[in-house]
Amino acid sequence: MSRLVAFAAIQGGYNIVSKVEGKYKRALQTYNADTKVGFPNTAYYLPVIYSLLGIKVEKLEDMQKPLAFARKLLPPHVKGQNHLPYLGPLLDAGMAALFAFEIEEALRYLEEPNFYLPAEEVDEEAGKIWLGAADDTIMRKRGVEFVDGSAPGFAAIVGSAPDAATAKLIVEEYQRRSLYIFCAANQNGTTVIDQLREAGVQVGWNTRIVPFGPDISSAIFALGFANRAAMAFGGVQPGDYKKILKYNKDRIFAFVNALGDVNAEWAAAAAGAINWGFPTIADTDIPEVLPTGICTYEHVVANVKHEEMVQKSVEVRGLKTTVSKIDIPCAFGPAFEGERVRGADLYCQAGGGKTQCTEYLKMAAMSEIEDGKVTIVGPDIKDIKEGGAFPLAIFMQVAGREFQEDFEPILERQTHHLINYIQGIMHMGQRDIAWVRISKQAVEKGFTLKDIGVVLHAKFHKDFGKILDKVQVTLYTKKEDVDKITAQARAAYKHRDERVENMTDEDVQTYYSCTLCQSFAPTHVCTVSPERTGLCGAYNWMDCKASFEINPTGPNQPIEKGEVLDAKMGTFAGVNEFIKKASRGAIETYNFYSMVVNPMTTCGCCEAIAAMLPACNGVMTVNREYAGDTPCGMKFTTLAGVMGGGASSPGFVGHSKFNITQKKFINGDGGLLRMVWMPKILKEEIKERLIKRGKELGVPNFYDMIADETVGVTEEAILPFLQEKGHPALSMPPIVG
Amino acid sequence: MAEITKVKEAAEEKAAKLADPKEASIDVATQQMIARAQKLGIDTVFDRAAAMKPCNIGIQGICCKNCAMGPCRLPLPKAGIVGEDTRKGLCGATANTIAARNFARMVAAGAAAHSDHGRTVAEVFLSVARKETHDYKIKDVDKLLAIAPHFGVETTVNADGAVKDRNIDEIALEVAEKALAEWGKAEGTLTYLKRAPQPLQEKWKKFGVQPRNIDREVVDIMHRTHMGVDQDYKNIVKQCSRASLADGWGGSMIATDLQDVMFGRPTPLQSEANLGIMKQDHVNIIIHGHEPVLSEMIVAAAQSKEMVDYAKTKGAKGIQLGGICCTGNEILQRHGVPPAGTFLQQELAIVTGACDAMVVDVQCVFQNLANVAKCFHTKLITTHPMAKMEQDNVIHIEFDEHHALDDAKRIVTMAIDNFQNRKGEVMIPNIKSTQIAGFGVESIEYHLGGTFRGSYYTLNDNIINGRIRGLAGVVGCNNARSKHNNAHIEMMKELIKNDVLVLTTGCGGIAAGMHGLLTPETAGVYCGPGLKEVCETVGIPPVLHLGSCVDNSRILLAATEVIKAGGPWKDLSDIPAVGAAPEWMSEKAIAIGQYFVTSGVYVIFGGNLPVTGAPVFQNYLFKGIAELYGGRWDFCEDPVEMARRMIAVIDQKRKALGIDKARDRVLMDMADRQKLEA
Repeated sequence: MSRLVAFAAIQGGYNIVSKVEGKYKRALQTYNADTKVGFPNTAYYLPVIYSLLGIKVEKLEDMQKPLAFARKLLPPHVKGQNHLPYLGPLLDAGMAALFAFEIEEALRYLEEPNFYLPAEEVDEEAGKIWLGAADDTIMRKRGVEFVDGSAPGFAAIVGSAPDAATAKLIVEEYQRRSLYIFCAANQNGTTVIDQLREAGVQVGWNTRIVPFGPDISSAIFALGFANRAAMAFGGVQPGDYKKILKYNKDRIFAFVNALGDVNAEWAAAAAGAINWGFPTIADTDIPEVLPTGICTYEHVVANVKHEEMVQKSVEVRGLKTTVSKIDIPCAFGPAFEGERVRGADLYCQAGGGKTQCTEYLKMAAMSEIEDGKVTIVGPDIKDIKEGGAFPLAIFMQVAGREFQEDFEPILERQTHHLINYIQGIMHMGQRDIAWVRISKQAVEKGFTLKDIGVVLHAKFHKDFGKILDKVQVTLYTKKEDVDKITAQARAAYKHRDERVENMTDEDVQTYYSCTLCQSFAPTHVCTVSPERTGLCGAYNWMDCKASFEINPTGPNQPIEKGEVLDAKMGTFAGVNEFIKKASRGAIETYNFYSMVVNPMTTCGCCEAIAAMLPACNGVMTVNREYAGDTPCGMKFTTLAGVMGGGASSPGFVGHSKFNITQKKFINGDGGLLRMVWMPKILKEEIKERLIKRGKELGVPNFYDMIADETVGVTEEAILPFLQEKGHPALSMPPIVG
Repeated sequence: MAEITKVKEAAEEKAAKLADPKEASIDVATQQMIARAQKLGIDTVFDRAAAMKPCNIGIQGICCKNCAMGPCRLPLPKAGIVGEDTRKGLCGATANTIAARNFARMVAAGAAAHSDHGRTVAEVFLSVARKETHDYKIKDVDKLLAIAPHFGVETTVNADGAVKDRNIDEIALEVAEKALAEWGKAEGTLTYLKRAPQPLQEKWKKFGVQPRNIDREVVDIMHRTHMGVDQDYKNIVKQCSRASLADGWGGSMIATDLQDVMFGRPTPLQSEANLGIMKQDHVNIIIHGHEPVLSEMIVAAAQSKEMVDYAKTKGAKGIQLGGICCTGNEILQRHGVPPAGTFLQQELAIVTGACDAMVVDVQCVFQNLANVAKCFHTKLITTHPMAKMEQDNVIHIEFDEHHALDDAKRIVTMAIDNFQNRKGEVMIPNIKSTQIAGFGVESIEYHLGGTFRGSYYTLNDNIINGRIRGLAGVVGCNNARSKHNNAHIEMMKELIKNDVLVLTTGCGGIAAGMHGLLTPETAGVYCGPGLKEVCETVGIPPVLHLGSCVDNSRILLAATEVIKAGGPWKDLSDIPAVGAAPEWMSEKAIAIGQYFVTSGVYVIFGGNLPVTGAPVFQNYLFKGIAELYGGRWDFCEDPVEMARRMIAVIDQKRKALGIDKARDRVLMDMADRQKLEA
């Protein structure tokens, strides 16, 4: 009976709002009204309040308005008989509770600044297991996974399972299906996170099991994450609550699992989540709300058995998840990609400076190899002592009528995440500097090196079946074999690099569109050319070409570049035609190589954003991982907020990190030599290539001329440094024409 | 002896003319009051219906009295038409022409009644906007801002490059002037037509039925149906359509909107219904008629401390207001004032002996009220300059919007003073039902998802998935020729049993309230499983009361919201929605039926429809017209059979939309999501 749900949720709404009003009153007695409040490193203020009401809460006194709104939203209580309609009031009460929760959590950040650990991973030793609000860096990084489909959705789990084993059962099943698991609230003091730790499950953003907080109020962080995704990737404007919530209903496949007794406060939170189209699936006997409308299917489903919880939940939400069924003894899926194999857990390893570890994929003739054949040449895990290190070469041979040599590096690159997907195995690096760490847990389950071959064979067939017919994997663990393969591999890498580096936009007639992120950023279309890799950093021209071959109707479509209208700016008649159509006339033209004049559109997924610095006559760029201030006056997240959503904004452009050292990078504006400022971490990340490119441009010490945050974060602060270094940008023609 | 026989015969004859209370109504309170009236020797409409049969020729719609060469009567031959239909009047008018002209004049009268009501409201609103009256105010600014754009009235101004909110008084004045101009503007078409779904607007344009202004279409009918003008029944029906749209999408809709602006939009509230709401120890004032302009003021006066205190000085415990007909519905929807009964119970409210004053304005007011009032202490007060009565016990207090509250207080004072004059036995039936009323287009939207997700999409989704089979408007009057309330209630029960959500207005709404169909608990008792589940989820009754008969415009707009919220439909004629007036009697019902048909809706009437004498014309209304607008007329006496026909039409529409089969659960993967439109 919905009436009982309404009764409880409305009661809960009153309790929560009253409680938070009290807390707020006390805070005002302790702190000045203009005390800064908010969640760490975010441009979205208190994101639920900001996204839905358009109210920016920056100071303690700013909480007054949304709290008053929440109070006003509280509907009359529901009568037992001859009651008035309650669906609208129920949802309003839930929303009021959620606004109050967000304020409550912001007050906690103010009053207990060390309660949450602002990191991606928990600090077990320090006992810091609650991570609190995801900052914008995490939101964007993880958001991209929602965008490209590697994370199909999230399960918000509140409460705790009857025991640790049950918690593990449910959560690992979500992991297998690649969902994120956002955890909040406790049941009589016990949380799912406690139970998972007890069961030896790694928690943290890297395993997709996110410990938000121990109270029901911390569930608000899940909704704040979702709403920021709508703004960052969907380009929905703050305050446009109808669109934000519709975006969530249609595109963010999230739901709530209520584990344990549902009290009035939980009921209010669940009612609030229904506004997002996020249903609640409970393991207790609570009143159900089955008809559809606000959610895509049911709203509240009760009494679900723990072993059916995951399947029922995704069905109720209308989500299709796929589990890679691969015949290995360990669990497998993207959720295990970020899992670590720490020293104490390590059984043995290859690479990492101790031994050579190489991955090499080579095209083979159809008759040359046998599909599915996995061979271990040399000792296997069982032959290696605990704590040992061994050399390893993973030699993959691929054949197929559609296969081309150009696809070799694309497939080879897959080994990193595919090996990481195996639970208990960790992979770092690539090519001849790979590093594989194998945990005791994996070995206990029966993991052998053969399983790496099994995974590669199965996944290559599944993901690239259109372009390959046969996959054979040989794993060498004897030093002489490894060295031999490594030598061959290095020759191949050199050949490939030269080919890719020498490939220019002039060389090809066909560029590719990329609409991979359109599930999240529906108005954005990328165009990818050899010298303008996708701004997300994930897709270069070759990837797009392969993707088109694999899936001719997929997100990457060829664009005939047509007449070259302006070679310096990178304007192409065929591209213009295409974008005009793709943007439904909103954008008529853009330039591949300019950020000043008609730059390419930017979506929320970009790795870095370049901005003009007129006083320095140059440009800066900032990567998504850098959370600090920048000389353009905006942090990355603010820039992305302004730029994302498919706009072409003169003076700004989103780009990949790799693109910075590509030859055509802002060619129309003077090229890389315009670069006057970069965050230190980005500078260091691409140091080698920066130095090389500087030399090519005739400025061998260019790397040292680029200012970073240690020099300053304003134009005034960095200008003397640039003058002192004799930065080439200063003597270029004015950047603004 | 002969004389005795004569007296006896006369007595028997008289006895035969009385109604059987149990046959006259399904409502026990009504039965009790009919019996009481009969015992007191007072005749009521029920008895008169028993005594006087309807005219057998008029009932077929083929009596022409439009010129002094007639009346020409063209009854259908007993055996029906064999071969060519050669019937004609002196001028040669065929049965089709005569029936169509009579039908058209009903449309004209009905449209005139609603629209003239609308005009009064618009005039009062103009005086509010001009600040000529202080008794009325703009109570619902949001509603004003919502309708202003439909009149092309700007709600913002550009001041120094910044967009600012425009002054409310300025907006009000411009809306008032533009609204009032709709009745007589010289050029263009009605401005509210553009609120309809686009395909429907195109149909109206294509078939030339866009009203030019509200008054003109009524005058057009009166001219056209004058002797020797339009003698093509299809062309006459075309004008019926045009005049009816001037009502539904014109006068009625403007009336509803401006009433909302001045008196507030209805929101769901709890109230009661039936004669049992009258209280022995209270001053009972019954408000009857249609225009809420006066009744709003009476509510304000009766609830004032001044008046309540005054009532106490006269020995009463307070003042009980009760409504009859649509003015009752207006104050029910906005203030929770309970209706004392439907149209057919107006005399019975006086028969209780507890009615200290009955205040009437326009439409559906029995002249016999004066005769009944004469038998009791009841003051019968007429208030409208166009609606007086010849009987000398009727008091006329003409209502003037400039002194509205004073007029209202005068009336309430008169009722209070009359409390002590009650004579004889007071007998109030101890029968009343609880009801949840107060639904409207906006409040339904809110309750379908709250402040943030409120949307008709929630309703659509449940129509598409089949929990709700369809929508039915069950509206209209009572008719003494059929058992009071029976057809309304039987039909509604049959519909909700089959998962059809019912929207009701007028006396149909009061009937539903009296018989308990307007409570949320009803859903568990009478509904099919799908509708029951939806009602329980939203917390609504399966029958939603949307107000008075001018508020049928709310049903048009609610249906339009269904289109706008998205689904497999594009036009009103696509959605599984139907209309019915099972106990109709007023010409207004014909106008309403015609505007629903012209808006694409299947409409079925009960009782009798005066078109049967002209089969070709009837066939055009029942079939041919559907080719133009998608809607058509139908007629049937049996309410359950009516409901079945409505359900059949709903099922046809569902099939055409491809929503007649169970919907599969779609599990979305990434590729599906990438296909989502921006």
